[in-house]
Amino acid sequence: MNQVLAPTQRNEFPRLTAPTPWSTFSRFRRVRWGEFLTRSITFLSAAAILILTVALAWELYRASQLSIRQFGFKFITSSTWDPVAEDFGAITFIFGTLVTSAIALLLAVPIGLGAAICLAELAPRGLSSILTFIIELLAAVPSVIIGVIGVFVLVPFMREVGGPALKGALGFLPLFSGPNYGVGVLTAGVLLAMMVLPFIISVSREVLLAVPREQREASMALGATRWETTWHVAMVYARSGIFGSIFLALARALGETMAVTMVIGNTPQISASLFAPGYSMAAVIANEFSEATGDLYLNALIEIGLLLFVITMIINALARLMIWATVRKQSTVV
Amino acid sequence: MNTRNDPSTLASSSLPRRQKPHSGMVWRRIKNTCVFLVTVLCALLAVSVLVFILGYLLWHGGTALNWAFFTQLPKPVGESGGGIANAIVGSASLILIAAAIGIPIGFLGAIYLVEYGGTKFNFLVRYAADLLNGVPSIVVGVFAYTAVVLHTHHFSAWAGGFALGLMMIPTTLRGTEEILRLVPLELREAAAALGAPHWKIIFTVVIPVAARGILTGIMLAVARIAGETAPLLFTSFGNQFWSRGLNEPTASLPVQIYTYAISPYDDWHRQAWAAGLVLLMGVLLTNIIVRTFLRPKAQTV
Repeated sequence: MNQVLAPTQRNEFPRLTAPTPWSTFSRFRRVRWGEFLTRSITFLSAAAILILTVALAWELYRASQLSIRQFGFKFITSSTWDPVAEDFGAITFIFGTLVTSAIALLLAVPIGLGAAICLAELAPRGLSSILTFIIELLAAVPSVIIGVIGVFVLVPFMREVGGPALKGALGFLPLFSGPNYGVGVLTAGVLLAMMVLPFIISVSREVLLAVPREQREASMALGATRWETTWHVAMVYARSGIFGSIFLALARALGETMAVTMVIGNTPQISASLFAPGYSMAAVIANEFSEATGDLYLNALIEIGLLLFVITMIINALARLMIWATVRKQSTVV
Repeated sequence: MNTRNDPSTLASSSLPRRQKPHSGMVWRRIKNTCVFLVTVLCALLAVSVLVFILGYLLWHGGTALNWAFFTQLPKPVGESGGGIANAIVGSASLILIAAAIGIPIGFLGAIYLVEYGGTKFNFLVRYAADLLNGVPSIVVGVFAYTAVVLHTHHFSAWAGGFALGLMMIPTTLRGTEEILRLVPLELREAAAALGAPHWKIIFTVVIPVAARGILTGIMLAVARIAGETAPLLFTSFGNQFWSRGLNEPTASLPVQIYTYAISPYDDWHRQAWAAGLVLLMGVLLTNIIVRTFLRPKAQTV
């Protein structure tokens, strides 16, 4: 750190290999304040990012100490959530988060991959870029607005049309039995699918477009149809990048708060039925944080935040690793 | 974009065809057509989601919009009318605070990464920024609560702005860094050959050349945080009246929409639709304007 900030330190222009005259001469004449200030201010900004990130993780850990000490590992496995008796366990929220995210991926992955294939392989360039633009705009829609659509459009729809139809067709499965109120895990999953769809499409499309033309030409020269080329060659080549996009979408779905909070029903329970109301980790923080009385209650909520942080951190790291692996493969092949 | 790799230019019709395709080939061609038709349906479905959202908001929100909606305070439950003037002003002040925190740190940090930083330090900073980018917004809110609200003992615009600013840092950093790396080496060399010190090269050559692209990244980051609700719930909280300063609970558009939407009153539901339309229009227009007018020229850098 001292080395970086020393005002007389010789400045090396990073892109030039030979020592440059201005830097070698001027250091004997005077302290170069412009250089010193620029370097130190920009360094402090870059360091601030590191410090803030570490502070975030540390602060979450520190502020949930009471709950971590009191409940230990049992916090993750217990299903009790009783603010009055101050007994807290998070498994119902973890379950809700996982189930809603799983529904979202089940819906969004096939549709998203289909759309990405259409945009990358089939659509003419101009049309493809217009459609991609629209889909990227969908990614910019604030989650609270998706939530409004959920509350006023999707919930009544699921209560009156979607739910009864599913029950009629698949009612024999425990997944689709039980009373249907419109709000619940399934509705939240559908909303989440709408929100993660653009991420899957835009990343998968880009990865597919990066598959070298020679790969396709070779496959078609062997007599494969375009679909066989897409499925057996392009998709295989782009495999890890596509998995990366799915993981990115998963990380989004796990941490998504507003839309889920508005339609999931906010009932801490584990139920086999997808129509049943549930609760997610992000939703319980959003709902109960400002009303939490007592330090232990607040600490338990912050510990849920810490869990959410750790889970999304791992998923994001995996996603980046996969996308990075594809990109590296390209640079060695092309 | 690389047109050489563009698969849509691969003409299937130019492939040599058999005179009489045998039945296996016919089946494969049928399968080919059917599957691609399904993918077209998928693409249409994805595009229609936005049309569907926009349509519903225009339909329900458009009728509730009037001039008073932009100039008046919310009315108490039971009285119809009223507006969201305080939420619009509150959102604007939150965005300003966030920009004042997020843009300098992200922008200057990116300059350090591109111009000065060593490999190891750069890796750490980039890793931290990616981590920060992936943190769920509600968790950022929890952090702002423990870091600011717990110490000042009240909800405030400062705490909300801090949370939003934190979310702006990684997008600004990565956006700026990407654009700065595109500035050609020859420009730097030319300036260096004229005897300019490194810092002058940065501020008079590199940044002006990259300005459009950097601005694009920053505006998109602003549009993204403008709609964030979760980090504001227990930082800036919300307010049915004007706040008398930045140290008070402050209303914001997204939180107001949330409060109205989950309330049991029809009148508030209408307000939620209208406020949602205002917010969505702001976010989408910013995105469209920035992407169509700023980006194409920035790519020629």
